[in-house]
Amino acid sequence: MDILSFLVIIPVLTVIGILFSNNLKGTRVISAIGMGVQLLLSAYLVFYYLAVKGTGDLHEMIMVSDHMWFPSLNIHYVVGVDGIAIAMIALTAIITFAGIFASWEMKNLHREFFITLILLATGVFGFFISLDLFTMFLFYELAVIPMYLLIGIWGTGPKEASAMKLTLMLMAGSALLLVGILGLYFNSAPDGGQYTFNILEISKVHIPIAAQRLFFPLTFIGFGVLGALFPFHTWSPDGHASAPTAVSMLHAGVLMKLGAYGCFRIAMFLMPEAAHEMAWIFIILTSISVVYGAFGAIKQKDLKYINAYSSVSHVGLILFALLMMNKVAVDGAILQMISHGLMTALFFALIGMIYGRTHTRDITKMGGLMKVIPFLSVMYIIAGFASLGLPGFSGFVAEMTIFVGAFQHSDMFHRVATILVISSIVVTAVYVLRVVGILLLGPIKHEEHLKLKDAKWYERLSTITLLTAITGIGILPLWLSDTILGSLQPFVEKLAVFLN
Amino acid sequence: MSGFHDILLMKHELLLVISALVIIIADLFYSGNNKSGIINFSLILFFIITVISFVPTGTGNLFGGSFQGSSLTDFMKDILNVAVLIIFLQSESYLKKPENVEKVGEFFAIILMTIVGMDFMISAGDFLTFFIGLETASIPVAGLAAYDRYKSKSAEAGVKLILLSALSSGVLLFGLSMIYGATGSIYFVDIASKITTSPLIVIGFIFFVSGMAFKLSLVPFHLWTADVYEGAPVNVTSFLSVVSKGAAAFIFTIILFTVFKNIVHVWEDVLYALAVLTMTIGNLFALRQDNIKRFLAFSSIAQVGYILLGIMGTGALGMTSMVYFILIYVFTNLAAFGVAAAIYNASGIENISGYKNLYSTNPKLSLLMMLAMFSLAGIPPVAGFFGKFFLFTSAGNKGYFILVLIAVINATISLYYYLMVVKSMFIDKTDTPIVTFKSSVPMRISLVICAIGILSVGFFSGIFEYIMSLSSIIF
Repeated sequence: MDILSFLVIIPVLTVIGILFSNNLKGTRVISAIGMGVQLLLSAYLVFYYLAVKGTGDLHEMIMVSDHMWFPSLNIHYVVGVDGIAIAMIALTAIITFAGIFASWEMKNLHREFFITLILLATGVFGFFISLDLFTMFLFYELAVIPMYLLIGIWGTGPKEASAMKLTLMLMAGSALLLVGILGLYFNSAPDGGQYTFNILEISKVHIPIAAQRLFFPLTFIGFGVLGALFPFHTWSPDGHASAPTAVSMLHAGVLMKLGAYGCFRIAMFLMPEAAHEMAWIFIILTSISVVYGAFGAIKQKDLKYINAYSSVSHVGLILFALLMMNKVAVDGAILQMISHGLMTALFFALIGMIYGRTHTRDITKMGGLMKVIPFLSVMYIIAGFASLGLPGFSGFVAEMTIFVGAFQHSDMFHRVATILVISSIVVTAVYVLRVVGILLLGPIKHEEHLKLKDAKWYERLSTITLLTAITGIGILPLWLSDTILGSLQPFVEKLAVFLN
Repeated sequence: MSGFHDILLMKHELLLVISALVIIIADLFYSGNNKSGIINFSLILFFIITVISFVPTGTGNLFGGSFQGSSLTDFMKDILNVAVLIIFLQSESYLKKPENVEKVGEFFAIILMTIVGMDFMISAGDFLTFFIGLETASIPVAGLAAYDRYKSKSAEAGVKLILLSALSSGVLLFGLSMIYGATGSIYFVDIASKITTSPLIVIGFIFFVSGMAFKLSLVPFHLWTADVYEGAPVNVTSFLSVVSKGAAAFIFTIILFTVFKNIVHVWEDVLYALAVLTMTIGNLFALRQDNIKRFLAFSSIAQVGYILLGIMGTGALGMTSMVYFILIYVFTNLAAFGVAAAIYNASGIENISGYKNLYSTNPKLSLLMMLAMFSLAGIPPVAGFFGKFFLFTSAGNKGYFILVLIAVINATISLYYYLMVVKSMFIDKTDTPIVTFKSSVPMRISLVICAIGILSVGFFSGIFEYIMSLSSIIF
């Protein structure tokens, strides 16, 4: 058995372990141990990868392991990772680990909650290690469907409607994706020979341009729905607002990035010509996402809505950077995936903790929380600073890289789009500081809020895990950049062929 | 090739006929208080012949080509046998009800006779055998649909079924007579070589498809489905939706692939239209259903629409994806019907809105129902995902990407109503959920078989590859 498959096996074993526990204590300890092991394994992968690359290994993917699954259709179970996938795996492991601790006091149907949550994570891990479109799609859908139960059962507010809306929109996206995948499959052998789902093999084939024009938009939009691409973003605010804390963390932190990753790894990498031709459409849409998301966040009163719109804006920025299609911008996009994933997970964790204390998420009903729950408040401010791109945190590194990359295009269209997108930083500052001002500073609005208790140990553990990662990237970005950059080469080369 | 050994090609049919007769005779010896003993007797008997039928007997034909036996037809008959075995297990507690105990023997005998018809239909090598098989399979089912004869809805279902069966058989036969008139033969092989796109043959073909569309309940020939499914007892409904449809879809595919092989361009267009209509209408009507049987009726209409996509792929891949989907559909739909039957037997509830909060009282049943719903909707990791994916792959193989797009959008729509069932069981709150109950042992065995099927058929690629190897021999 290869090491990468353990990323799927460990969560499954954890789920089986949970089945045998009969109280909350046992369940959460088993979940924490399982996801702790997962975190260690992903840390090992990072070091292993850096060590391998240090020796001058030039393979595109490492730890590739290939098993035949359905021979007659040439479907394989192929796993393998490059630096980008490893970075995403590490991100997922950190957030899942933090998510378990953020749900430490889950009362209602706790066993089912942890099982569903970990199944969701299994889908995400499986997606990132897969190199075969079929298995990738399988894991992708596996990651989407538990969301329905998680939001529907353990959510708040109009949870049934939000859960249904989210699931149907994402599944509609995956429906488009399925057609795109089949299109790639049946065009993977233009000179005769056997069709294949293997990404690496497809990337060596030149897919006919007519097919690319048809299947690129399907695939890009299919993943784009998950990446909250305007105008397919409407599931995001409702879904995030209704979801329980850990689910919001995982969803905004990882799943939306999974959409962006798919756009990059499948749509653009495998169909570069169409990507180049149609980039302008999606640049316009993503620019709208960025600006619209930021302005949307300003007007909201619900903490989760604010953060959800902010996610639309930030993930829009990732897609925007990917569409710039040069090395610096794409590097920035990947950095932003990691950075925003951690930061938004921290935000959602804090919002969940604040909500658990005050029982409201309406910022106009709260105030002066800094005086009663200083730990959580300081954390919130730090997350906010990271979000608006203050130097020293991950957000700065990522956004700076993106804008430098985007500015390398000298034509009018790209310039205008870039400037529009950059302007959203100012708006981000407005909504972050507005929340900090209303929520944390000023007088305390409710007497009951005086009795609030600050973070418990598991809440501190959850938030500090995320904070460490955020500041780690902010201070030592090159370490992460090194992991990513080498793997960007084949992508950039492939796109560069079609750049005039 | 001749002699006694050849007759073993018909082992499924022979065994079924014998056991049906044995059950009728044995029924005479069970009387009064131990009348329900016939249930266990029939179950065991049928289990034995199902197992025996798995013994391979090879390939060949009988009666001058009227009966074709191959590994693929054997496999299809085995699927039907397993499906019927599951249905028998699920019927046990229904048949033990006092009002049914007098007519238990008939239930088993009729169903066995029906499968004899289906098996002959599956193995047909000419249109006469095919038609006789089809009729043998249709007429007794009407009796089954009216099994709850004291309920007007059940009687209505029986009448509707027999009338519409007769009508569709008439239409079908009319079409066949035209094809016979144009080609001068009823043998599949002869017709296949003489078939042209002359108007007579095309009209005959259209009539033939219309007749089959009734049996398969393709839109616009589907109107009987929901009423009959609702009126008939749950176990009969599951028989209709799984076994009848599976057999009809199989022989429909065989005839299209062999007899009408040379006019593919004609039937492709027809099937294209039927597939789009069937998926869309089936799904749209399923959206608003509350009765679980009507709900599954429309869902099964939509599912047949997906099967048409596989058929349109033609060749070994088309055949394989179709048979594979039917296999998965057997486990999936019987799981759904099994849970519905268990709930109905325990509480008399057959509305989805009555399933509220079922998870708090009957978690295992709810979980199985959820798996079945996910499998019907085509969500991984359960088997339905694989089944649907390969159907779409088959259609994609011929370049029908627009059709696949329509199908996947339909699948997304269908997810809504499948999730409504999940929502009812897991999310909706009520103060009076269905009380905790324990189903009978046979029912539980059947549900375990279905659960294993749903969870494993997809992952073990060997099953798909096995069907592929069987189909590759023929196509």
